[in-house]
Amino acid sequence: MSSAVLLEKTAVELSDLLRNKEITSEEITKAFLKQINRIDDQVHAFLHLDEQDFLTQAKDSDKRRAQGKSLSPLDGIPVALKDVISVKGQPLTAASKILENYISPYDATVTRKLKEAGAVIGGRLNLDEFAMGSSTENSAFGPTRNPWNLNCVPGGSSGGSSAAVAAREVPLTLGSDTGGSIRQPASLCGVVGMKPTYGMVSRYGLAAFASSLDQIGPFSKTVEDAALLLEIISGHDPLDSTSFPTEVPSYTQKIHDPLAPCTLGLPKEFFGEGMDNEVRNSIEKAVEFYRSQGHRIVEVSLPTTDLAVPVYYVIATAEASSNLARYDGIRYTSRSNRAKNAVDVYAKSRGEGFGEEVKRRCILGAYGLSSGYYDAYYLKAQKTRTLIREDFNRVFKEVDAIITPTSPTPAFEFGSKSDDPISMYLSDIYTISTNLAGLPAISVPCGFTEANLPIGLQLIGPAFNESSLLKIAHAYDNEHKFGCVSPTLAKE
Amino acid sequence: MKYEAVIGLEVHVQLETNSKMFTRVPCGYGKDPNSLTDAVVLGLPGALPVMNYEAIEKSIKVGLLLGCKIADTCKWDRKNYFYPDMPKNYQISQFDQPICEGGEVEIEMPGESPAVMGKHRIVQLTRIHLEEDVGKLTHFENDSLVDYNRAGSPLLEIVSEPDLFSPEETFAYLTSLRNSLIYAGISACDMEKGQLRCDANISVRPIDTEKLGTKVELKNLNTISGVKNGVEYEIKRQIKAIEAGEEIFQETRRWNPEQRYTTSMRSKEMAHDYRYFPDPDLMPVKIDKSWIDKVKKELPEKPFDKQRRYMEEMGLPYSITSALCPDFSLCEFFEETTKLSNDPKKVGNWVVNGLLRELSASREKGKSISVKDSPITATHLAQLIELIEKGVVSNNVAKEIFPEMFSSGRSPEDLVKEKGLEVKSDQNEIESLCSKAIQEDPDAADKFRGGKEGAINALKGLVMKATRGQANPKVVDETLRRLLSK
Repeated sequence: MSSAVLLEKTAVELSDLLRNKEITSEEITKAFLKQINRIDDQVHAFLHLDEQDFLTQAKDSDKRRAQGKSLSPLDGIPVALKDVISVKGQPLTAASKILENYISPYDATVTRKLKEAGAVIGGRLNLDEFAMGSSTENSAFGPTRNPWNLNCVPGGSSGGSSAAVAAREVPLTLGSDTGGSIRQPASLCGVVGMKPTYGMVSRYGLAAFASSLDQIGPFSKTVEDAALLLEIISGHDPLDSTSFPTEVPSYTQKIHDPLAPCTLGLPKEFFGEGMDNEVRNSIEKAVEFYRSQGHRIVEVSLPTTDLAVPVYYVIATAEASSNLARYDGIRYTSRSNRAKNAVDVYAKSRGEGFGEEVKRRCILGAYGLSSGYYDAYYLKAQKTRTLIREDFNRVFKEVDAIITPTSPTPAFEFGSKSDDPISMYLSDIYTISTNLAGLPAISVPCGFTEANLPIGLQLIGPAFNESSLLKIAHAYDNEHKFGCVSPTLAKE
Repeated sequence: MKYEAVIGLEVHVQLETNSKMFTRVPCGYGKDPNSLTDAVVLGLPGALPVMNYEAIEKSIKVGLLLGCKIADTCKWDRKNYFYPDMPKNYQISQFDQPICEGGEVEIEMPGESPAVMGKHRIVQLTRIHLEEDVGKLTHFENDSLVDYNRAGSPLLEIVSEPDLFSPEETFAYLTSLRNSLIYAGISACDMEKGQLRCDANISVRPIDTEKLGTKVELKNLNTISGVKNGVEYEIKRQIKAIEAGEEIFQETRRWNPEQRYTTSMRSKEMAHDYRYFPDPDLMPVKIDKSWIDKVKKELPEKPFDKQRRYMEEMGLPYSITSALCPDFSLCEFFEETTKLSNDPKKVGNWVVNGLLRELSASREKGKSISVKDSPITATHLAQLIELIEKGVVSNNVAKEIFPEMFSSGRSPEDLVKEKGLEVKSDQNEIESLCSKAIQEDPDAADKFRGGKEGAINALKGLVMKATRGQANPKVVDETLRRLLSK
């Protein structure tokens, strides 16, 4: 099988080929390695790749298979991780200069689970520094480019994770989503990206941005692939106190159960101004599809929608200001050589080591927690967060899922928003409220603009009901498979 | 003008738990620097805290013992500050919802003499909260080293009301609190190992006035006597300053135990804004009634309650109980022996005047044997008391063999037999010895016969000397009287 054909395969298809011994993990891994070497200098999805280690893991997988000891359907399938997820012995930079020389001495829980499933873990994927941003322009090591148009951003913060799948450099990746950092780049790169319910996937080993919002989730070509990867990484972890003790259903099996007619809600507040017309048309077509399949479409109201962005920027930055305090130049982080005393070590190391956006958010967050401001900012934001959660709970009494666009616009050009933080923050306007409410949400490719840029459909479900959300998403994706359309760049 | 000091104490106690507060690494003292660490202790990217329930349970125990109100949820906050003693640059602590509120500590002031009980008083507590301990910094001329072995160990902060009014009360409070904590098995409270640390808030005001003076926080009080000396110095400093017309500034001062004075560390203007907020990595832990009930069952008797029981129910003198009760293990030994011997007064006397002395002697010799490792067991001591009771050995002989029981760990029966130290009660032998004594000292015999009662003692002394103290004194007395009346 030619490597060009292999790159187009979904993870589920690759898994079948491996199981039927039509191909080896080594062949698969070599095909993707070749693709990375061919185009990643243009895409720049990868910050680091240990090719030798990548191939050794693939060979180990083949040995296991030859002995009939394959570990899971994911055994032998390459998976690359956003550079905030720890892998023992690998760098973890969070795309920040301050962690430039840090090697993680331990595996994140998701990494351990992937290893136990036999996945071939390769490469560290680019992001906005410490996952703060919506374009990957905030990476200290240069931006990632959108494989559909190299002049456009791939979205962010998990832009490396979305671009790598879109460029066919790897079939599956993991990212993290704090306010849309999986779904928005998935939408902008034309791939599937899912943020699970808060507490569904362990955060142990994920360099924290905002602890009460962060979740790790999968990127893939199809919803079915996302289900496969999510099934492996989900589940209660005693090392993460916020991980929820619940059984993980077999998403890959449940996804094929027939979908009973359901009710889908369109929140009227999401369909107001600011939405690109091509995006609107595309979403309306997707809604029509569901209607034609016998599902009921109703308008719903989420009145707290416009509060989500301000609430998010108080809570997320407050947590970040504290979470990032450990990067101080004292121990494993780079120390400024201009530091002359202890206070200098902090101020200069952080001043030199952090980028503008990270500094902006740390200062903003510290301000909101300061004595005299706490009640007006942090406390008020927490109370409003409860209202946002209640809004969703109320709507989910009536509907099985909520349909919205993932992003108000398709991929935008480099530099077009980087000087205007507020307009950048608004790229996450449709995704942020689900993080505040802790809900699962998935972005599914739903077509292209005239300029051939991908558009994403967002489906939001009730907490801990990934099964049903995946099934609803799969119903659309299985009929359209926009995520299986490759950009020209990816084709040889 | 006369002044009165008002003092509140913040006491930090390291809880004795198997592992640290938020990870599986063990707690420990004196290990190689930074050997008791892992990703969580070092605050590596991605590491997350997981609550150690043992630390919560021990905190509940302290709260119940001191009569506090126990919170129904145990909630965590982050205290943010940049300092290398905390790898995350924030400390997980409790801000607005401490695990215990209120409570009290009974204290005893020194009596007129060691044999007389002093005045008792109740000192009110404000709150007790749980937090993680920080690392230890060692400063050198040009650089500083940090050891994170202590970082992340569970630490209780016990805050008293400004309810202490002299260095002596402060000392009494700390002593009493320490005893209670040791009783409850919370901590060994060894100040030298940093298991118990203390800061004091001190102000002075003219006597008989209500308004509190400006308070100064005093740090580095690392021994119980250091607390007393530091507080004493600081009170004098403040009074002197006020009398000289100076203003007292709200500041933090450091006690220098070698030079015995306090120096300013930082003023109020330099006080930190800790930006407290609930720790999003930890879920609040519910403390339900059944948990509290379970802990209640494990509560020890309080030290002063025990002392009162010993005095009232067992008839022990104050001087014995005041030596016994501060030492929980000694009390345990005492009660175990009492169960076997049924004469608490005698047991108390032997434990305090016998065992306690041997134990301190061992400390002076640098061997430092604890009660728990005492070579004299409760059974041995009970046997010894029984031997005296039955008249097998005299009190003097018992005192003589006690040090050997301690050094060899052998039973008193063994030792008495081996050395032939049993009391001699054989009538014929004693009669012949008595006759011999009368012949040796006819003067004394005559005097006795002439009505001088005390003269018989000289004769008894001769018999005892001849038997090396082993003759049964009662038999000797009877025999002499009988012979002399002939």
